[in-house]
Parts: sequence; C-alpha cells; structure tokens
Amino acid sequence: MRAWFANTGWRHLVGLLALVFALFPLVFVISASVNPRGTLTASATLFDGASLDNYVKLFTTSTLPYTRWFTNTMIIAGATSVLTVLLAASAAYAFSRFRFRGRRLGMLGLLLVQMFPQVLGAVAIFLLMARIKGVFPDVGLGTQWGLVMVYLGGAMGVNTFLIKGFFDSIPHELDDAAKVDGATHTRVFFTIILRLGAPVLAVIGLLTFINTVNEFLVASIILQSPAKQTLAVGLYTLISERLSANWGVFAAGALIGAIPSVLLFRFLQRYIVSGLLRGSVKG
Amino acid sequence: MGSTTTGGGRVGVHRPRLADHAPSSTAALIVKIALLAVINALGVYGVLAAYAVGDWGIAGFVGLATLTADYVYFSRRVTAGKYLLPGLLFLLVFQVYIVFHTAAAAFTNVGDGHNLDQPRALEHILAVSEKRIPDSPLYKVAVVTGSDGTLRLLATDPAGKVTLGGEEVTEGIVRDGGGKAVEVEGYRTLQLRDLVTRQEEVLALRVSLGAQGALRTQDGVTGFLARPTLRHDPAADTLTDVESGKVYQASSAGYYEAADGTHLTPGWTVNVGFDNFARVLTDTRLRGPFVSVFLWTFVFAALSVLFNFALGLLLALALNKPGMRGRNVYRSLLVLPYAVPSFLSALVWTGMLNQTFGFVNLTLLGGADVPWLNDPWLAKGSVLLVNLWLGFPYMFLICTGALQAIPAELNEAARIDGAGPWQHFRQVTLPLLLVSTAPLLIAAFAFNFNNFTVIYFVTGGGPNLPEAPITLGSTDLLISMVYKIAFGGAGREWGFASAMSALIFVIVAGISAFGLRRTRSLEETYA
Repeated sequence: MRAWFANTGWRHLVGLLALVFALFPLVFVISASVNPRGTLTASATLFDGASLDNYVKLFTTSTLPYTRWFTNTMIIAGATSVLTVLLAASAAYAFSRFRFRGRRLGMLGLLLVQMFPQVLGAVAIFLLMARIKGVFPDVGLGTQWGLVMVYLGGAMGVNTFLIKGFFDSIPHELDDAAKVDGATHTRVFFTIILRLGAPVLAVIGLLTFINTVNEFLVASIILQSPAKQTLAVGLYTLISERLSANWGVFAAGALIGAIPSVLLFRFLQRYIVSGLLRGSVKG
Repeated sequence: MGSTTTGGGRVGVHRPRLADHAPSSTAALIVKIALLAVINALGVYGVLAAYAVGDWGIAGFVGLATLTADYVYFSRRVTAGKYLLPGLLFLLVFQVYIVFHTAAAAFTNVGDGHNLDQPRALEHILAVSEKRIPDSPLYKVAVVTGSDGTLRLLATDPAGKVTLGGEEVTEGIVRDGGGKAVEVEGYRTLQLRDLVTRQEEVLALRVSLGAQGALRTQDGVTGFLARPTLRHDPAADTLTDVESGKVYQASSAGYYEAADGTHLTPGWTVNVGFDNFARVLTDTRLRGPFVSVFLWTFVFAALSVLFNFALGLLLALALNKPGMRGRNVYRSLLVLPYAVPSFLSALVWTGMLNQTFGFVNLTLLGGADVPWLNDPWLAKGSVLLVNLWLGFPYMFLICTGALQAIPAELNEAARIDGAGPWQHFRQVTLPLLLVSTAPLLIAAFAFNFNNFTVIYFVTGGGPNLPEAPITLGSTDLLISMVYKIAFGGAGREWGFASAMSALIFVIVAGISAFGLRRTRSLEETYA
C-alpha cells in the first residue's frame, strides 16, 4: 500500500487537488447560469434550483445585444487570426528561405518593435484611427475592420519568429527538388512550406484567436456603439454597471462565449506544445 | 550563407515533378495582374479621398505604398520583398508609427486643455471672448443648412442687404413681411425645434466681417456684431483684456498667463523636454505611489512566472508516468482554465471573491467577511491567485512537452549511477527543463509585466492609495497606471502617459534582450 502511494498514489492526490482548483470556478459559473434568481448572492449556493431564465434573458432583452456581441467577436477574431497567420507565415518564409540585404536588421527590428504592446500606444491608436476615419470612414474609428487592421499591426513580431523557427526545420532539400522540377518560389510556399508547417500555423492561429477574443482595451476605445462591441467590452460593461443583479445573465453569456475558444483548443491542443517548443528552441 | 534561391545542382534521387511550369504560371500571372489592378484602383481612390479632405500625410502614404507594391510585385529582382510587404505595411502604420507618435508625445504636455496647436488655441480663446459691441446695429438672421449638412447664417442687415455666410446674395431670396430674408434657394431653413437641438452649432456660428468684428447669433433669429474683448499683439505674443487692461503673456507652459498666475483656456501643446520623465521623481506626492507601483509590477511578474511554473512543473512531473490510469482525463480537464477566455475567468473570480456576496466568503468559508479585494495585501495575493489559475495550465503544457523531450538514456544513466529521485530532479531534469523553456519563461515575464486584463478586471487596480494625486491603487501595474492617466476621468494627460509608456517599453525590451542573450537563443535564431 505504501509502495503504491509512493509510486502512483501521490500522483492521483496531486492531480485531484489540482482538478478541484481548476474546476471549481467553472462549476460555479455553470451553477450561477442556471440559478433562477440570477443574483450574485443567490449564486453562492451551488445548484440552488435550475432554470433557463438567464439564457432566455440573454437573448431576448432588447437592451442587451448579446447575439451581436458574439457574432462581432467571432468575425473579428476569425478574420484577425486567419490574416495574421497569412502575414506572419509569408514573412517567416522570406526570413527562412531568402538571403537579402537587411535580413538580420529586419529581424532584430521586428523583435524590438513587437515588445511595444499596443496597449501602451492606445492614445496614439485612438488619434490615428480618428484621422483615418476622416478619409476612409469605412475602416476608421468605430468600425470593426478598423479594429482588425489595428490588430494586424501586431501580426508579425513574435509570430514570425515562432513560424520561422519551424520553417527552418523543414528540410531545404524539399524546396530545392521542387525548384529543380521548375516550381516557382510562390508554388514552393503554397504547396510545400504551408502544408508542412501546418502544426505551427494552427498554433499561431489558435493563440491569435484566443488573444483577440480576450482583447479589451483597444476594442473598447475603437468600438463605441454597443451594437458593434465585442464580448469582452459588452460583458464587462454589463457587470460593471450592476455586478450582483446581472450576475446570472453574465454567467450564461460567459459560458456561451467560452465555447468557441474551448472547442478550438480541444481540437488543436496536440499541436500547441510541439509548436511552441520547436519554434522557440529549435530541435 | 547558403543561397537557397539558386539551389539547383543537387544530384540525387529521382523525384516526381511537382510543378507543371507553363500553365500554372499563366494562371498565376492572370491572378497577379488582377490583384494588382484592384490594389492600384484602391490606391488611386485612397489618394483622391485623402486629397479631397486635405490630409497630405495619408495621401502621401497611400500613394507611396501603392507605387512600392507595383515595384515589388512586378520586379523580378525583388523576391523576399514580395512576402514581406503586406505585413510590413500594417506593421509600419499600426506599430512603428504608433511607437514614434507615442515617443514624440512623451516630450510634450498634450492632454486635456492642451490638445491644440497655438494658432488654433488663440483662435478659440478670441472667439470665446467675443461680446456684442455696445449700441451696434442688430441683424435679422435665419440659420440655413446646405446639402452638406453644415449650418450657415442668412443675415439681413438694417439696410435690407442680404448675405449668406458673409457673401452678398441678390437672387432666390424669400422675404417675410418685415423684409427679413427667411429662405434662400438651395438651402433649407432651420425651424425652432432644429435650432434647439443644434444649439451648440448655432452658438458657434461666426461670420467674420473684417475690422467691424464678427456676426454672431444666440437664438438663431437676431444677429449682432461682436468683437473679442481680448486683443492679440503678435509681436509680443500677448493678449490684453480691453476692459480690465490685464495682460496675458504666452508662457512656456503652453498657456496665456497673467502676472498673477491666472491663465486662459484652452492652452496649447508645447515641448516640455524631459519634464514628464522627471516628474515621477521630482513630484513628491507622485514619487511614493509611483515607486510602489513600479516595484509591485516587477514582483507581480516575477511571482506569477514562479508560481505558475512551479505548479505547472509539479503537475507535469506527477502526471508524467506512462501507463498511469486516467492520465488523459486529468490532462484534458486541467487545461480548461487556459482555454476559457481569460477576461471571462477574471470577471468570474471578481464575483467569487466579492466581500459581501461572493461564493468564497459565503459558501467556502461559511459566511466569513474576508476583504479579498479590498485590503491592499489580500488584493495583491488575490490577483496572484487568479493569475495562477489562469496561467498554470500553460506552464503544465510546456513542462509536459519539455519533459517528454528529455532523452530516455539520460534518465537511465542517472538511475544506474544511483541518483535518488530528488537528486535526479535537481541535477538532470530541472536544468534540462530550464534550458528548453527559458525563452518561454522570459516571454511569460514580459507578458505578465503588462498583464492589463487580470488587474483591470479583477481589482481595477484598487484598493486605492489615498495619498496618490492621481487615482492609483495598490494592485495597479505600470500598464494600468498608464491607462488611468491617459483615459481615466478628468484631466487626461496623454503626454505624461506616453512618457510612462516609453519607460515601460525600455524596461521590457531591456529585460527581454538581456534574458534572450543569456539563453543564446538569439544567436540561434540568426543561424
């Protein structure tokens, strides 16, 4: 018995304790979302009754454009992650496969510039978007495409590095052979590099998606009208107004809002560790 | 440097032909030309649109970007550029420009009350100071709006002459019984209700009549001649109050300031050199709070990485036993906190830690009254706890991956040499693990240094420090402090916030560069 504990039992003990820590907030949210009274106080008692009132309220209250927030977030995060992967992958291809003047300097510059988080430039971003709005109202301040453009400004940087690390580990012999056969560099990029690099691209896409869903500050200064806002901004406003009274509705909204990220994560989880470690440490 | 662009010449096994050259490149060429045509059309439109509103900066940038795109994609000599340009353009506008703009603003006093340049501020001050010239003739006016929606003043002077925005009009006028022009062709006259809703615009209407003064209205029905009560002397750059004789001198602080210290608003943006940087050290009321925020930021980032890594590593070690039952169940449930968007989790924790209504106090502690988020030290502990919950699964994933990458022979060799479990961990596992995860740990430190989400959503930076001149709390990080200075309520100081941003940037970049150099991964990246 003691030998079993020393060998395996303690592992289960640690695992179970960690599970309690990891899961109790989630159990609490699920319980709060089906709580019929829907206040924070009432939610303190777990599973005190079950009703779908909060979910119904979430979708029927006219002052609460939850469906809009949800679709806005999906569109913005989806577009940002797809475009980010494209921009970062093509830059990584250039750095990995071509030798050109300013390559070293360019990579150092990227490394440096990406350390300036956009949050720090919030004021400048606001002023710039206001100026762009004066010329191109469709992509300026207050538009979702404007927000996506701002996010794309951070697309290169660390993503390019991780992807480049991965591309470097794809044998050069493959592209050389294709070139001997007459393939152009464009064709090598699309048919060989992008396909073999899929694991790291999936990771970057996933992380970008989750980060974009999470992003609050820039989204809150660029999207001002409630119908255009994202989940982060909308749900924060909802409970910062009345924390206790709106708790049940918030919990329901939070659960639904978390579903896409959790599903994507489950789907791509096996790539994450290998992608991150291989990209950053190489080999 | 091995050139891969010309890397033919490799003799080797036969491979199937990947590319059928001719047809694919014709199709590709058509797509390419079509795309470039669209880009050029958009570019021309962009330049024209920017030109139309007089924004030369944007016009120039769009024009230059379009020409560069044409060159890069048509030239045969540029290859890498074809892949770099799109990302680079976004980077230039939304990252590089932002960095420079922020750096430039750091040396000015721009912010509430100092947003304009000096000529515009002067214009504004003079317009505000305008008063009706005593005994001047009254005009009869109507407010009209053109097709572009802007308001204009249709004025009939005492002699019956009609002007629209200062220009005399003789045709297309409809007059009422008293001879007042009430309508003019091509414009719509505002009725009383519109006048009320657009009151601010009506009050701001101003038709300059040269030396006579300016024509203004307060009710949209009668107009009067007004003249500034302040007189500007361009040579000395002073403003003199005509009534009281008080003289305001343009000062280096960006205000027209009188000898007794009073000043006129608004001020304008001036260069203040390093004042913003010096202020955190010289302003005695600011220094204490700033130093504590500064230290806490380091402590928070360091402890977050330490705690998260420790828990992640412990779990990775515990669950790294092949054949252990339920291992996959543990793994997939333990990473759930990482998959849930962190702003949602942070808000959920705020509710759970609420002192009076929260789940932790009411249920877990059976009705205790612990001020989790309202006591300075407990709040610090709480944000670390929340951050641990958010961050340990990431470290768990990384450590698991790194553990599995340790060669089995090494573990075998250690066992044969008679190493105990602790010795094995200290001398084999941990060093190897640290080598492969170091870059990610540095990145995690930099991330937590600027972890706005946790602080803003869980405590909002609070509980507040009572002695601070600006709203600062005991869990505020440098980044949330910047946010409060720049966007928090009254007296937003963008210049000061920008200076703090620049400071944070230098710190984070310095630490990261130092750390990366230590792990030598930088050199490897350039291999």
